Amino acid sequence: MKVHLKIWRQKDAASKGRLVDYDLDQVDTHMSFLEMIDTLNEKLVLKGEVPVEFDHDCREGICGMCAMTINGEVNGPVAGLTVCQLHMREFKDNSTIYIEPFRANAFPLKRDLKVDRSAFDRIIQAGGYISASTGQPTEANTILISHDQAESAFDSAACIGCGACVATCKNSSAALFTSAKISHLAKVPQGREEAQKRVLKMVAQMDAEGFGHCSNTEACEARCPQGISVLNIAQMNWEYNKALVLR
Amino acid sequence: MTLDAKIPEGPLEKKWSRYKDHAKLVNPANRKKLSIIIVGTGLAGASAAASMAEQGYQVQSFCFQDSARRAHSVAAQGGVNAAKNYHNDGDSVYRMFYDTLKGGDFRSREANVYRLAECSLNLIDQAVAQGVPFAREYGGYLSNRSFGGVQVSRTFYARGQTGQQLLLGAYQSLMRQVSLGKVHLYSRYEMLDLVLADGKAKGIIARNLDTGVLERFAADAVVIATGGFGKIYYLSTLAMGCNGSAIWRAHRRGALMASPSWTQIHPTCLPQSGSYQSKLTLMSESLRNDGRIWVPKLENETREPNLIPEQERDYYLERRYPSFGNLAPRDISSRAAKERIDAGFGVGPQKNAVYLDFSKAINEQGKDKITEKYGNLFSMYKKITADDAYQIPMKISPAAHFSMGGLWVDYELMTTIRGLFAIGEANFADHGANRLGANSLLQACVDGYFILPYTLANYLSGELKSAKVGIDSPVFEEAERDVRNRIDRLVHIKGSQTADFFHKELGKLLYDKCGLSRTAAGLQEAIDGIANLKSAFYRDLLIPGEAGDMNAELEKAGRVADYLEIASLMCFDALKRNESCGAHFREEYQTPDGEALRDDENFCYVSAWEWPGDDKEPILHPEHLEFEFIKLSVRSYS
Repeated sequence: MKVHLKIWRQKDAASKGRLVDYDLDQVDTHMSFLEMIDTLNEKLVLKGEVPVEFDHDCREGICGMCAMTINGEVNGPVAGLTVCQLHMREFKDNSTIYIEPFRANAFPLKRDLKVDRSAFDRIIQAGGYISASTGQPTEANTILISHDQAESAFDSAACIGCGACVATCKNSSAALFTSAKISHLAKVPQGREEAQKRVLKMVAQMDAEGFGHCSNTEACEARCPQGISVLNIAQMNWEYNKALVLR
Repeated sequence: MTLDAKIPEGPLEKKWSRYKDHAKLVNPANRKKLSIIIVGTGLAGASAAASMAEQGYQVQSFCFQDSARRAHSVAAQGGVNAAKNYHNDGDSVYRMFYDTLKGGDFRSREANVYRLAECSLNLIDQAVAQGVPFAREYGGYLSNRSFGGVQVSRTFYARGQTGQQLLLGAYQSLMRQVSLGKVHLYSRYEMLDLVLADGKAKGIIARNLDTGVLERFAADAVVIATGGFGKIYYLSTLAMGCNGSAIWRAHRRGALMASPSWTQIHPTCLPQSGSYQSKLTLMSESLRNDGRIWVPKLENETREPNLIPEQERDYYLERRYPSFGNLAPRDISSRAAKERIDAGFGVGPQKNAVYLDFSKAINEQGKDKITEKYGNLFSMYKKITADDAYQIPMKISPAAHFSMGGLWVDYELMTTIRGLFAIGEANFADHGANRLGANSLLQACVDGYFILPYTLANYLSGELKSAKVGIDSPVFEEAERDVRNRIDRLVHIKGSQTADFFHKELGKLLYDKCGLSRTAAGLQEAIDGIANLKSAFYRDLLIPGEAGDMNAELEKAGRVADYLEIASLMCFDALKRNESCGAHFREEYQTPDGEALRDDENFCYVSAWEWPGDDKEPILHPEHLEFEFIKLSVRSYS
């Protein structure tokens, strides 16, 4: 198949960016979207041009590194995928594909399709952990967690930190990301000890990074590659209000 | 050079506690005066960085990804082993030790392997305390499943994302130390050289991947935790950025490399579908708990799998290895698959796969139970292939996965360079010639959480009085100049082929000649082929853009340049080992029924190689393996 690409090229945050046209033929329907970009880049390099910079690593949907907006949709036309899991069979022959970086104030652009998501690391640094130093723990089976509770904690913990929730939100809110970690650690007994401090600090950091507020459109859940539920946001709000009252 | 593994005296089960009892310590007030560089933020690197910082040392931590949470440990699916014996099914530290040693075909150290099994108990406690949501039974107790090469259930798991959950536990501990100012984290940095002063590791040269600027970092010790180099085959289960450059640079500075050719080819990966393909996705080995592997009995079978009647299917693992069946170890399962595929019984459009069939398990346990155990794997399979594995069998095939070989380390995990440690997959230490499933997460964690904090402190206690080597000293100048020259050389070739082109050529050559099965003639051909490819690389490489700028093509080219040299050493290592053991299968050395034929008389050693200088033959320093506590036996799974 053949595709007409319009890709966002921008040298750095200070420079002006623009969409650049590229035509690519002999695209195989079994190719992943990133392999399609590899193929384009190979052609660009051989022509002496500078290839498109994009983030990617594991290419199996778990590292959370790849991120782009395709035809206006975060990670492309199929909900619930990372870009590396998207395949060219989802596109029609001869179609035009717009490829742009994630856009959010808290994710400043680095180059082309690469953005800086270190704000997420700082939110975790603010309290997204249990303070259990190496060597301290007790025997694992002394902490009982019911099957359903463990499964529910896992559902929250499955977040891959890709930022699709932020990029798809009209307010660029990081509520889903932040709440997933708050809920994961609130759902296991080991995490209760610090729950109150954690939620206040993480929410404060989230706000300080310049993410917008959550207005409950639930677009984040709809696009999340791990299907993280907006109920985590509800739990975050509950934990937050509880912490305020108990403070 | 004589290699001293520094294994403590005494009975097997006392060695590690004896070591801990006598290791030298650093006074808490002095720890902040000592700094440590840790390269890599996977399970080994992150757990080590967090644990050392908790003790009060100054840690500088490096990763090439944009966040420490993305290191490739994140992709491990199936689980982590521990001899907790929660299921009362006969497990013990000794049993786990023996399984691991046997799984590695008796080519690892008794003392190291015993320590791995011993520390497995603490690891589960540690991970649970961090909030890792392991699978639980209805009573709230931890759940287990079984993995290849063992007859007990000792694998702890968090659905099919155990690596992710363990890594997030370590990452969160690391982030806590970052927020406390104890760890300085450098993401998007790649180590390009090691700096030595008076023969001791004292720093690194790293490139800021966002700006292209070379920077110098000094410390009292350096730890390499950069994982394995299986991406050398190009097509592999590894992430695109995984590389062997840090260990190779250390090797060129004097650290020996041990058994680099021992590569695990994982049996359950998705088959290649075209030349554009960039990776082969792994499907967790845990699937073999309930999935049955088969190929048609009829050569050139054209029917759909569900239309092939039971009696016309060859469940070849169950046939050849009745007591382990579909859970035979990885090297054996991969070779058995290759044997069937090469014999013309492969399935799929390219005839390069075998079936992994869940119909029996779904009939017996119900679809819901299978979904709970493997739901994310089934949906991943569907995302990639568009096939529904609940309806038709998966198609799987072997792919390069794990490096059992790596930097040679002693019992303290120190390389042959003083002050340079290697932990996790980057070292060779615990898995012998074949790693058992769910032991890699374990080894990475145990090295970082429980071993390094003792052995590194033991080393650092002697460094308090050593003079600090500043980044302005001549050794740093010189190392940076070397790196700059290397980069300039690559950028100025201005040839006509991309780094990926050379990487793919290298991968094909290596997979054919130094992959699942090897011959002396093939390895010699490969060594010559690699030499030719290397000269073509330095003649015809094309890197666009500039060195002093973000440049993904330059990153790739630097890694391929190192891969070309590692590949040559791998082939050399395989050529000089005239036996078959574990993942190293030399066709000349096999039993009449096609199993690996070990030669304990002549090859009961780990091959540690010294860098001889460019274009010279590597120098072998064998570390003979002494088996004091167990008897070597034929590794039989039938």
